[in-house]
Amino acid sequence: MRVGLVCPYTWDVPGGVQQHVADLAEALMELGHEVSVLAPCDDESDLPPHVVSAGGAVPVPYNGSVARLAFGFRPAARVRRWIREGDFDLLHVHEPTAPSLSLLACWVATGHIVATFHTSNPRSRAMAVSAAVLRVALEKINGRIAVSEAARKTLVEHLGGDAVLIPNGVAVSRFEQCEPLDGWPGDGGAIGFLGRVDEPRKGLGVLLDAFGELGEERPGLRLLVAGPGDSDEVLQRVPEGLRDRVVLLGRVDDADKVRAYHSVDVFCAPNLGGESFGIVLTEAMSAGSAVLASDIPAFRHVLREGAAGELFPVGDAEALARGAAELLDSPERRRALSAAARKEVRAYDWRTVAVDVVRVYETVLLAGNDRSVAVAQRVRE
Amino acid sequence: MFTVADWATAVSVVVAVLVVVSFYVSWRASRLDRMHTRVETASAALDAALLRRGAAVLELASRSELEPASAILLADAAAQARRASNGDGDGERELAESNLSRALREVVDQPGFHEAVSAGADGDELLVEVGAVAKQVHLARRFYNDAVARTREARASRLVRVLRLAGHARLPEFFDMDDEPPRFARLT
Repeated sequence: MRVGLVCPYTWDVPGGVQQHVADLAEALMELGHEVSVLAPCDDESDLPPHVVSAGGAVPVPYNGSVARLAFGFRPAARVRRWIREGDFDLLHVHEPTAPSLSLLACWVATGHIVATFHTSNPRSRAMAVSAAVLRVALEKINGRIAVSEAARKTLVEHLGGDAVLIPNGVAVSRFEQCEPLDGWPGDGGAIGFLGRVDEPRKGLGVLLDAFGELGEERPGLRLLVAGPGDSDEVLQRVPEGLRDRVVLLGRVDDADKVRAYHSVDVFCAPNLGGESFGIVLTEAMSAGSAVLASDIPAFRHVLREGAAGELFPVGDAEALARGAAELLDSPERRRALSAAARKEVRAYDWRTVAVDVVRVYETVLLAGNDRSVAVAQRVRE
Repeated sequence: MFTVADWATAVSVVVAVLVVVSFYVSWRASRLDRMHTRVETASAALDAALLRRGAAVLELASRSELEPASAILLADAAAQARRASNGDGDGERELAESNLSRALREVVDQPGFHEAVSAGADGDELLVEVGAVAKQVHLARRFYNDAVARTREARASRLVRVLRLAGHARLPEFFDMDDEPPRFARLT
């Protein structure tokens, strides 16, 4: 089928929604569907062939920060032309609550429309203020998808109605194979961590306490930490003699992130809570890491009750140290966990998630194929 | 005293107000009309999804690999659901379709069922099909109830009730049923 995807945020700037749309588009094309993506782009020279630019986005204050959005009559005209030329069976707009391209698409289009809601902020002031306008503007949507239970709740609270839940996918193939960073993991073994280092709920402190213990016993063991935040504070927590064995990469780009996963013997996710899904875990599992994670519900679920990675009691540095020691001493156990992780993560792969999205398309189209997407008659240029 | 000019001003103000009000009312009416269309579209999709599921379950029931008790359970539930689809409502169809969901879950999720059906010709394809249509029912019902909720909300407004903007259109009803797909379909 011919699907038109609309992304409200600037294509050139990295972001969760942009990544989601890009990955979904690729997965849909792999399934044999024709896809065109419309997105605001500042630089139109380097776009993949299936992405169409709606022109540049304008920085405006919105929802407590400055967002780059596309609004006004010129982008609206671009949306109309794109719809006319695209001859789509179905339009799939993303985050139509943002005052940008997706909302414009809902306004000018008729026919089958599916929408995915990403925001999960139950107290979103922007959404509370604009709820009345949004209710009307989003009435044409035939099928609504939320990417998480929190996103669904946000949507229901502000706009009423209901949505089906289809989680974000992971581009497993992007993580599968990679060269480790130079000199890693090394003979003494290595443990890895990824996430903001100064966000207490990510639990790096627990891992550092455990490393203080492990590092004394194992002279070659190193700790690789990737993620933004104040590094001095991190080192303060480690005994002085061990500090040169804690390597802080700071903020890493996508390529180095993948390399980091492949650079350690044990990947540790010591989060204290607050995770709704565990995207970091699914990435590590895609890379085939032996995972050691705290036993919070989201992680327990993703790791299949411990079959695809070891679990330890939340916040328990001693248990973490014990679990890590066992894994470091047993290459067979690590290999087994790695194989299990690679197998179980397939459920979260975009290739799987996209099939669920296509099922939504088919359900919406069940009502009859006679109404393909067109420009609303009322609106004239 | 009122001059001719005053009268003209008064009349033109009244006319202007009337024009604005009538535009607003007609916009509200067309909005409501659009919502009713959406409910109808969603209802057609739900109907199609339910019929498809019934057909797929009947096909499953006719497989020779099934033991007779399971086959009868499935065929009976599917037949009841089909009969109820021509009924005049009163929750009869909701009940029959819920029973079909339950029967399907019990039969399909029993140990050994998959292996048995897979062994037959095109067995795997049929299982995938059954899983897909069961999920589709779940999706279609969400979308339908979503449309109904919003339409009922719009029709509850005072303006719509006083001016009878909904016309003769029936107040759409929620479709309440157990639409939980079999376990194997949830994991794929």
